[in-house]
Amino acid sequence: MADTALVDPVTGLTQAQLAARHGLRVAGERPSLAEYSRRLWAYRHFIAAYANAKLVASYSNAKLGQIWQVLTPLTNAAVYYLIFGVVLAQKEIPNFIAYLTTGLFIFNFTQSAVLAGTQSISSNLGLIRALHFPRACLPVAATLTQFQQLLASMVVLVGIVLVTGEPITPEWLLMVPALLLQAVFNAGVVMVVARMGSKSSDLKQLMPFIMRTWMYGSGVLYSVSLFKRLPEWAATLIQYNPMLVYIELARHALLEQAPLLNESLTQLWLVAAAWAVVAGIGGFVYFWRGEQEYGRG
Amino acid sequence: MVEHLEASNDATITLPRVGERIPTVVVDDAHVIYRVHKGAGGGTTPVAALRRLVKRTSAPNIQEVHAVKGVTFTAYRGEAIGLIGSNGSGKSTILRAIAGLLPVNRGAVYTQGQPSLLGVNAALLNDLSGERNVALGCLAMGMHPDDVVRMTPEIIEFSGINERGDFASLPMRTYSSGMAARLRFSIAAAKKHDVLLIDEALATGDKGFRKRSEQRVRELRESAGTVFLVSHQLSSVRDTCERTIWLESGLIRMDGPTDEVIRAYEAFSNKK
Repeated sequence: MADTALVDPVTGLTQAQLAARHGLRVAGERPSLAEYSRRLWAYRHFIAAYANAKLVASYSNAKLGQIWQVLTPLTNAAVYYLIFGVVLAQKEIPNFIAYLTTGLFIFNFTQSAVLAGTQSISSNLGLIRALHFPRACLPVAATLTQFQQLLASMVVLVGIVLVTGEPITPEWLLMVPALLLQAVFNAGVVMVVARMGSKSSDLKQLMPFIMRTWMYGSGVLYSVSLFKRLPEWAATLIQYNPMLVYIELARHALLEQAPLLNESLTQLWLVAAAWAVVAGIGGFVYFWRGEQEYGRG
Repeated sequence: MVEHLEASNDATITLPRVGERIPTVVVDDAHVIYRVHKGAGGGTTPVAALRRLVKRTSAPNIQEVHAVKGVTFTAYRGEAIGLIGSNGSGKSTILRAIAGLLPVNRGAVYTQGQPSLLGVNAALLNDLSGERNVALGCLAMGMHPDDVVRMTPEIIEFSGINERGDFASLPMRTYSSGMAARLRFSIAAAKKHDVLLIDEALATGDKGFRKRSEQRVRELRESAGTVFLVSHQLSSVRDTCERTIWLESGLIRMDGPTDEVIRAYEAFSNKK
């Protein structure tokens, strides 16, 4: 066996002493959190380019190309409208189609980001094993790709909302901070699932079920007033559900008469901001702590 | 039996050097253990996945491979070191460990600066054009966007992918494997490195490209500190490296001047 105390014939030092004497650093050592954040910021151009590249690549084989960015959310909305609006004949909510699509598109932003994020480490092992960059670039880029998708969906959504007769109000501007808070929340969650997905490939199989359960608990497809029939603790739980909160913020901003579960608007914003901070910082720290493990396979 | 020749000082050294030799890579009793998935066995249903997650057992189709079993050596500035050995001897793995891409399970690897790995495995996005991949690869190496714009034509020119029509604007999935490998090498070689690790990259491409890349490696060697070359092509090791390490099943079998090591290696492989 190789001998740890092997001594260099010229200098008479052990390997570790030799390395220390010449200021060599442990390969692949995890940087401090501050240093890691600084490096991540230095790689912002890579993140933007990678997110954009993924977006372009995802449609490169389709004949219609980038048009799918708008067609996908539109088709989605049409299918759900057919079932929940026409077949099940929703009467309770005024302007149901706008109510439904708002919830659907907002939820879809998180859903697709999380699904992409679960695989953002495991599907990029080639890149990770070949090049050195802060690994957080990958989940952040996955979130950014979905954010760009969201912007296309928002164009569709504004169209639907206007066509269904909602007036343009100054409150629409609240969409901007609401979406930004949601994006930060998503980035945090994506970093968590990215680390978990890098270890356990089973998560990829489970994630669709988790996301679907989450969707039913977020009042996307039906009126949130249904939740009021639940026992008190469950209703409170759902009230603080981050996805419900972000969806309610969007519905409040865009729609005039949408039923909301949360009556206090201030509380809604506070909860939305708190979730963004907790998930954003928590997710980043959690991901950073695993930095050395990515790529081990 | 392990022969352990110490790196002798009489190895042909081409660079002028004053005083003490400066180490750039110090590997101290490094062990690397891989976890590999044996592919789809049974139990890939969501129910089975849930049960495994709840019970916290690992998937049944994971196997551990002890690829590097205690390797110790020191590389100095100005050296070009060849790594040889039969398939699966741990050459590429030790290179990844030096690059800090695969953490060691025991022991330690110390390096000066950030070593860069030029591998044929550097995965790029196959659905994107060669040009975009160049830009992406350069950004991933930490280059500034202005430099990327300036370097892109040079890199494409060097790779020679445009010799037969405008391939740079076509998606990489339309490339032949040789073209793709050439482009990857050209991207990675565009940057100056303290420690450069080359994984069989020189074996790809046609004769003209091989000449250009060997020239490039020599230039990089002069500006950089140390070059490692993993190759099955003994001739390219002989041409570029003066020191060679021979690995066999995760252990160093021999470490010394290229001629000696290659002679012993050839005798060993002919005997098999």
